Amino acid sequence: MTYVGDRGVAEDVVQESWLTCVRSLDRFEGRSSLKTWIFGIVINVARSRRRKESRILPFASFWRRADSDEGRPTVDRSRFGSDGMWQSGPPSWDSIPESKILGDETVQQVKAAIEALPPKQREVIVLRDVAGFDAGEVSSLLGISAANERVRLHRARAAVRQALEEYLR
Amino acid sequence: MNCRQVVELMTDYIEGILSTDERARFEEHIAGCDGCRAYLAQMQTARNLAHRLADEPLPESIERELLDAFRNWRRL
Repeated sequence: MTYVGDRGVAEDVVQESWLTCVRSLDRFEGRSSLKTWIFGIVINVARSRRRKESRILPFASFWRRADSDEGRPTVDRSRFGSDGMWQSGPPSWDSIPESKILGDETVQQVKAAIEALPPKQREVIVLRDVAGFDAGEVSSLLGISAANERVRLHRARAAVRQALEEYLR
Repeated sequence: MNCRQVVELMTDYIEGILSTDERARFEEHIAGCDGCRAYLAQMQTARNLAHRLADEPLPESIERELLDAFRNWRRL
């Protein structure tokens, strides 16, 4: 769901992936874990679905595909002084009760922040942090380099942290 | 290292891929910087909270489809 960003589409993707898994189960060779194999199928189905959607909505997808900011800093420059030290550092969460930080409402904020990410960052954080795959599994599932996987993960986590900072302020 | 550089190394630090020298300089900075220490802890909290999304219940319609599919498994 967090991967394609639309419940109706997500349900279609699950259904189609499920059918693909059932049909091709006899071709599963056990070279990867079953979990990795199933996710590989879901990713392929979701990606081809996303390509299809973006042909229908060329302009929307143009704006949503703003993934090319990978060289930019993840923290607003204005938060640092000219010496590069914090001027407006992150407020400490030490005085916020743990039940608030780990509460369901906070988890929903994280969900919304992940859904708002550019797709390439979203797929990395969903696989790494939500689904719990390790770095090597994610770069091979997505066909990207380890360095690229790390850059996207860093940007995604920084954006989620920023959303939490605003929510917990 | 200043804070602006340190924040961009947070994920490389968490992933354990900094060189020995970079890691030492990173930790030296963090030890004396409340802001960066808070930032690091918050990045880890963000990761842990994201993992909690894995426990979200499936939407009912998907759960029903999966259960149906399992029931029909033998008939396929």
